[in-house]
Formats: sequence, C-alpha cells, structure tokens
Amino acid sequence: MIDRRTSLRRTFELHVPLAMIVAFALFPYLWMVLTSVKPDADILQWPLRYWPSQLTHEHYVTLLARTSFAANMGNSLIVAVGATAVGLAAAIPAAYAFSRFRFPGRRALLVGFLTANMFPIVLLILPIFVLMRMLGLLDTFVGVIAGHATFAIPFSIWMLTSYFAAIPIELDEAATIDGASRLQAIRLVILPVAMPGIVTTAIYIFITSWNEYLFAMMLAGQDVRTVTVALQLFIGEFSIQWGLLTAGGTLVALPATILFLIIQKRLTGGLTAGAVKS
Amino acid sequence: MSQHSSRRDTVPLTPYAFLAPALIITGLVVLVPALRTFWMSLQDLILYRPDAARFIGLGNVIRAFGDEVFWISLRQSLLWIVLSVGLQFLLGFATALLLNQSFWWRSAARALIVIPWALPSVIIGLMWTWMYDFNLGVLNDMLMRLGLIARPVAWLADPDLAFYCVVLTLVWQGFPFFAVTILAGLQSIPADQLEAAEIDGATRWQRLRHVTIPGLADIIMTALLLRIIWVANSLDVILLMTGGGPGYATHTLPLYAFQKAYSAMEYGYGAALAVILTALLMVVVMGYVRRSSRGIAT
Repeated sequence: MIDRRTSLRRTFELHVPLAMIVAFALFPYLWMVLTSVKPDADILQWPLRYWPSQLTHEHYVTLLARTSFAANMGNSLIVAVGATAVGLAAAIPAAYAFSRFRFPGRRALLVGFLTANMFPIVLLILPIFVLMRMLGLLDTFVGVIAGHATFAIPFSIWMLTSYFAAIPIELDEAATIDGASRLQAIRLVILPVAMPGIVTTAIYIFITSWNEYLFAMMLAGQDVRTVTVALQLFIGEFSIQWGLLTAGGTLVALPATILFLIIQKRLTGGLTAGAVKS
Repeated sequence: MSQHSSRRDTVPLTPYAFLAPALIITGLVVLVPALRTFWMSLQDLILYRPDAARFIGLGNVIRAFGDEVFWISLRQSLLWIVLSVGLQFLLGFATALLLNQSFWWRSAARALIVIPWALPSVIIGLMWTWMYDFNLGVLNDMLMRLGLIARPVAWLADPDLAFYCVVLTLVWQGFPFFAVTILAGLQSIPADQLEAAEIDGATRWQRLRHVTIPGLADIIMTALLLRIIWVANSLDVILLMTGGGPGYATHTLPLYAFQKAYSAMEYGYGAALAVILTALLMVVVMGYVRRSSRGIAT
C-alpha cells in the first residue's frame, strides 16, 4: 500500500514533469528530422499528418545533388578546424604562461582576455570587415578564421589556464630535474596530463565555429561560404520547400549534437569553475 | 652579481614570449576593432560617403537619446533579458532539481536535455520558424486539435505575439545551460546537511529554501551573469526569425545597432549604438569578471 502510494507520487512529482521537459527540449529537433524524411505530399497536408506515410530520402538527395550544400559543409569543416587550430596554437603557450609564471601584468592580462570574450559582436564586426577588405582577405578561409579567433582564443585561454593550473607544479620540476628543457617538460608532462581538457576545449571551439553565423555571413562570399550562411540563403530561396530546408538543418545539426554530447559533462566544470587557482 | 642581474632581466621575458601570439592576434581582431568602433562612434559617417565623415563628438549619442527606436530597442532589450534569462533560470532550476534524484533513465534524460544548447542559431531559427508557420506549422495544428484556438495564428507576423514567440525560443535554447550548471552545484552540496535539516523537522520546501539555495548562491550568481551577457549580446536568433519585425516589435539594442550599420550603412550611428550597448553591459561584465578572477594570484 505504502509502496504503491510512493510510486504513484514519484510518477507525478518526478517522471511526468521531467518527461514533459525532455519532450519540450527534443520536440523541435525531432520535428525537423521527421519533416526531412516525409514526402512533400505529407508535408503539405492540412490538418497535419504527423507520421510520414512512407520514409523518403529524396530531400537529402536533392539537397546534395542540386545545391552547393556539400561544398558548404566542406568549407565549414575547414573553417572550424582552422579556428580550433589557431585557438589552441595561441592559447596553449598563453595558458602555460598564466599557470606557471608570476609576472607584472598577469592579472590584468588574464582579466583582459576574459573581458574580450564578453564584447558584443556588433562592437567588433564592422571594423573587422573593413580590416579584412583592406587586407584583401574577404571571402578567404583566413578571413573567416580570423573572425572566429575573436572568441576562440580568449575562450581557450580561460579554459586551458584553469586546466593547466590544476596540474601540480612538482610534475614540471621533476621533469626539469631529470634534464628536460622547458619545452620538453611542456610536451612530455603538461600536454599529456592536460589532454582531456585540451580535447574538451578544442571540441567546444569546433562546435562554436561550425555553428557561427554572423562573422561567416559578413566575411565569407561565394568561395568559402559556410553551411550556416548557405542554409539561411536557402530559406530565402526555397521558402516553402520545408523538406529540403529541414534536411539541410538535420545535416548541419548532427555533427554539433554528437560532439556536444561527448564533451558536455566535462564542459560544465570548466565554464563555471571560473576561479583560476593560483 | 652579473648572474643575478641577468636572471632578473631574462626570466620575466619568458612569459611574455609565450603570450605573444595570443596577444598579437587578440589585439588585431578584438582590441583594434573595438577602438575603431569607439572612434567611428564619434563621427558622422555613412558608408557611401566616407570622405564626408566629420567629427561630431558625442553627437551620435545625443541623437540616440532623441531617437524613438533607440528607446524602443532599449526597453525591449531589458524585457528580453529579464524574461528569457528569468524563465531559462526557473525551468533550468526545476530540471536540475528533478535530475538530482536517482531513477533509471536519469543519465539519458540528462544527456537529452542539453541538445538545444548544442545547436546553431540558424537551425534554431529554422526549426522554430517552421513550427510557428502560419499555413503548415505544428503549433497551430496542435492548438487547433486541442480546441485552444479556432483558426491559425500568424505567430511571428503579429506585433503583439512575435516578441514572446522569440522569447520562448530563447528559453528553449538556454534552459539546458542552467539545468546542467545548477545540477553540478546540487551535487556538491553535502548530503549530511540536508539530512540534518530533515532530522530537525524541516519540510522539503524549508530544506530547499534554507540549505539548497544558499549552498548554490555562488554558482547561480555566476551562471546568471554569464547568461545575461550572452543573451544581451546575442542578436542572431532574432535576426534570423523576425529580422527585428514586424515593425519594431522584436528590435533589441544589438539588433538595432547591427541594422543601422549593416543595412542602413550609417556606420557612425551604428557604432555609437554598439558603444552604448557595451557601456551598459560592462556593469554586468565587471560583476562576472570580479567573481571569476577572485582566485587569481598576482
């Protein structure tokens, strides 16, 4: 009796509300995927037909065969890999310096990088556009990657500094006593120990860059157009072809979703831990 | 003696060398552009007449104060932040409390609710525009089947509704962040504190009020500040869903600044609006930075 009452209570206090929240979180996504595998006749039916009469991949075939979508995905991949590489290449030595040295200006610079990450994009985007035009870098990979460096570098420095700072300095000292140079100590001690943090940071930059819209829209033309910008243009072009648009949406969302699920647990710690222990 | 002074001269340079690449690139793509925007904001500058630019000091700021659309955008920005961050927080907090119990599908639920957080703004705009669609949208269909509305509603084209529709989208996008960070905080509250309160006869509500929430205050504050900054800066979801319309119904300050500079090509005025936004936001940024940098030793 008591058992039944508590289990009924648990159903209404836990399972039902949580199931509703999960449904709210997932529904738009599932609706997009479901629309993308429906034949056009089903999509255009009113009242709506929720479950497809048959599954189809026609929208995916049309999208990849008749539009520039595949090339745009390739461009996004290059931009995201480039932004990740630039972010890490600049942030790893910087985070090492912040975590291993005490020097004049350390606090000011660290706070400066944190603040740089908070600047509104509208404050930066026009001058960057003008700068890239001056340098002849509009519609090049270098130009878009430089735009994405605005968030990639400050974010990576902040994340990596807290990961590096958690590594006991005795490890570096032991390596140095064994005759390793500073660079060897970084390569053989710091990087391997911090690898999970570095991978989390890298994946987060990759996702942010893959998902980014405004910089890509301003800085990329036809040659290096990324997939988010291409999809937005399709919305204007194929305004009522929801099958095609949702197929594109599904393809863009998939890599970000999978990567995010891999890193989400470790990411939370890094984002809110905040304080960089000395 | 000479060894001592050479140590003193060379050692402090090493960290700056390590920092050089990050400083140079960030200087080029963040600091210089930010300063340029400040400089542009002091001028009367229109894209297709660059030679006619003239220095007008605070003229653009004064113009903003007399600009009705500026005030509309500012008011809607505040409402936008309060509503979307507030609701994200409440829903995220509730989700975290639910997830902080043990049951068989807990890790699946925890993984699934973060999905909105991972998605690009373009996809968010696309899927929600599709659901809000007047002719074939699933929202109209569901509400009509339930008998809540008699005929389809033009959600995003109605000036009274569009703003709240976009807020709902933002709540959907942002609540997972709160759920996951608050859950991490909940798991760090010692179980014996809650048990002690229970033994002392505290009800569930009292335990939440007097043990859980005080224990979480720090993490909630940090998460709120971070989220306010993100939401205040973000303009892409609105830009993609409504473009600020219908009329000025979904204009926010960053969107108005972007439109003035990008569509109307009034660089000077757009820059001034961006500077005003930054100045207002810096109050919140300073709060966040102060909390986050407490532990930094100099």
